[in-house]
Amino acid sequence: MLWLSLLVLIPLAAVLAKAGSDGWWGFWSAVSTPAARDALRLTVTSSLLVAAVNAVLGTVIAWVLVRDEFAGKRLVEIVIDLPFALPTIVAGLVLITLYGASSPVGIDLLGTQRAIVFALLFVTLPFVVRTVQPVLMGVDLEAEAAAASLAAGRFTTFRRIVLPVITPAVVSGTALAFARAMGEYGSVLLISGGLNRTRVSSMYVFQQIQNFDFVGAAATATVLLLVSLVVLAALDLLQRRAVRDG
Amino acid sequence: MFTPPSHRARAVVALALATASVLAGCRSSGVGRAHTVAIVAYSVPKPAYDALTSAFAKTGAGNGASFSASYGASGSQSKAVANGQAADYVAFSLEPDLTRLVPNTVAADWNRGPTKGMVSDSVVVIVVRTGNPKHIEGWADLIKPGVRIVTPDPASSGSAKWNILAAYTQALAGGGSASEASAYLTEFYRHTVSRPASGAEATATFDSGTGDALISYENEAISARQKGADVDYVVPDATFLIENPAAVTKDASQTAKDFLAYALSTAGQQTFAANGLRPVVAGVDPGTVKGANNPSEPFPEVGKLTTIADLGGWSKVNEEFFGADGIVTKIAAEVG
Repeated sequence: MLWLSLLVLIPLAAVLAKAGSDGWWGFWSAVSTPAARDALRLTVTSSLLVAAVNAVLGTVIAWVLVRDEFAGKRLVEIVIDLPFALPTIVAGLVLITLYGASSPVGIDLLGTQRAIVFALLFVTLPFVVRTVQPVLMGVDLEAEAAAASLAAGRFTTFRRIVLPVITPAVVSGTALAFARAMGEYGSVLLISGGLNRTRVSSMYVFQQIQNFDFVGAAATATVLLLVSLVVLAALDLLQRRAVRDG
Repeated sequence: MFTPPSHRARAVVALALATASVLAGCRSSGVGRAHTVAIVAYSVPKPAYDALTSAFAKTGAGNGASFSASYGASGSQSKAVANGQAADYVAFSLEPDLTRLVPNTVAADWNRGPTKGMVSDSVVVIVVRTGNPKHIEGWADLIKPGVRIVTPDPASSGSAKWNILAAYTQALAGGGSASEASAYLTEFYRHTVSRPASGAEATATFDSGTGDALISYENEAISARQKGADVDYVVPDATFLIENPAAVTKDASQTAKDFLAYALSTAGQQTFAANGLRPVVAGVDPGTVKGANNPSEPFPEVGKLTTIADLGGWSKVNEEFFGADGIVTKIAAEVG
């Protein structure tokens, strides 16, 4: 308990205290400036989009890795973990080199909101894949065979047999991806170009710190925290309901 | 949940505080000649100060003087000193970072001298790729189709304000109205592909291949070329005068005061010049400056040089341009 307090709760309490140090009104005016609002909107919408894409594509990739044999499978396994292994700023450097103004592949995403989504997709790729994969390996193939023999289509089999088993893993992977996207800084820093329209909340927080507006920075950080908590709780509810309804 | 600190932890904290206060006490009682001068400065002139301190130690006044130095972003350094970081000599990129320390740390008469508290000057320049492939000769060329600008963000870097003020005031220098200048700046912002958080970051971004033009300072461009960077730079016909202040703190030793005097002496100003900064003292021969466009004529006369004083001083400029409803703030929000 003491360990948990030191590690998590005391810093969180410090941030909350800082954010509230000018009272409710100070907190509200700090997070409702146009710049803070725009940053927050961009962060939340991009993160939700990225989480949704991850939920689907991550499951598909996990499925392919578990069920199919193909040449270069080992390589794909390694490549998927790469975003995990890279320091985010290195990921940012990779992205701007590949998709920046002097792109060798002719795709210039510098300073666009698409670049933000792209960077977030890049760093969150492993989450769903890696949480779903082991669960999928444990799915009973005989139950699927039985369903097929009872004339269930492939999709029905997937929905009734496989999906209920892997749903908790998909949800927790998606939640991880979302939380990571909300707080991502290094990988979006360079490719965003630092323009107003591509400023995510973590960058906005850093900017406020540069301007010595610590209360504004802490207030925005608190909102990020709250949004993450709400979304994680909602996902948890969805998952329970999904498991209950089978 | 939360466990109260033990008595032992309290004792340790108390002991640490006591030690710190004793050390702080020692600091202010300078021991004559052996006094260490603490320099707190923005990072750009570090090479100049390295050269200045070693040259000063060889002079009569600086005999036996030792220095400790801390460099960082101008605003952060200023804030650190305001919050109690020990400093005898402070140097910043722009005046508001120094006035923040008046009257608590720096005496109110810091800017009464002949140079008004400034130790070095520079001008805003346009850094381009070697050979200037986009033929950028001045401000008008920056807003031609296909030209991509990199400039640091004035919202997070105080020094970046120089660049934006230069882009705005050059339009006035040509006889334009305020609305024409705003229109130019809007176009300038539309052509900006990257606004990194600091000047150093902007240089790194430009170096890595982003953009066709980097808005920077003459001393930055010269120092980059001294380090072998593959860039050229253009001093526009109309640009902005950058003035860097420095001062000694109120409880600074005589050694620190002598050091400031040395920085303003002919030899000191020549050291700044060798590092690409323009002298603030009239009549100082900058000598040959490696890395300048023309090393034997390193600091060309600018046709129309606008200063902060022309705009009514920093507090007026900060309000009018960079405040919540400022000209630049509005344009940045509009362009995105």
